[in-house]
Amino acid sequence: METVEITTKVDARGLSCPMPIVRTAQAAKLMASGTLLEVLATDPGSIKDFAAWCRSTGNELVDQSVDGAVYRFVIRRK
Amino acid sequence: MTMTAERPAPDPVQAAIADVEGLTSPDPATDAAEPAKLHDILLINYSGELEKVWATMLLASTAGAMQVPCRVFVTFWGLQNFVKDEKRITGKNWMQKMLAMMSRPGISHRPLSKMNFMGMGPWMMGTLARQQKNASPKELLQIAQEMGVEFIPCQMTMDMFGLTRDDLIEGMGEPVGAATVIGLMSEGSSPLFI
Repeated sequence: METVEITTKVDARGLSCPMPIVRTAQAAKLMASGTLLEVLATDPGSIKDFAAWCRSTGNELVDQSVDGAVYRFVIRRK
Repeated sequence: MTMTAERPAPDPVQAAIADVEGLTSPDPATDAAEPAKLHDILLINYSGELEKVWATMLLASTAGAMQVPCRVFVTFWGLQNFVKDEKRITGKNWMQKMLAMMSRPGISHRPLSKMNFMGMGPWMMGTLARQQKNASPKELLQIAQEMGVEFIPCQMTMDMFGLTRDDLIEGMGEPVGAATVIGLMSEGSSPLFI
């Protein structure tokens, strides 16, 4: 796996639908193509929502993991 | 876009974890490299009640965040949501003014369809939402506008309630009629009436 540094972080912990997606979209707008974004969320719905968001916007979901109640998504900007 | 059918899951947390594990190996058919083909969405905001305005704004802001082209046609009681919050009495004749007096316009003054109890219900709902860190309809409306969702007022409703462009919030589209809505639907916009 190539080593690209995460340049942008979104802390959406505690926020409920649709704010994790909205905050991510707002952050992604300011990012350069190819850079990585890390999102932390606690909304269980975000697992499916981030997959759907990536499908619709064309950004790539590089990695996702769960640590206790915190979901972590790494997204590469289209 | 593929939607998997919901399985009956006795423990939602376990089901969510199983889903994460399932999703870590990306399915080539739904790989993000090939974005889904997006259709336009047309929301028709007809209702003026808090819970329905909330649903409209939630879907509109999400559509904006997902870069799905989205328009919201605002008609009848829905137009009351888009009158500036600080406007108290709107209308040109006494009947229009009386209607505004009986039900205060503006997105921050919406009643609930059930359990309104003279505003007690909406106040409790707003307090619960803040505790849960839910965005209010007003915040979601601002986000939707920033993300390019177009809100289009109904000309006929504006005339009926005696509303002017100055009564409505900034950034709304040109007022249109039913033919525009039918035209958009017939051209393939997915409609949703709220």
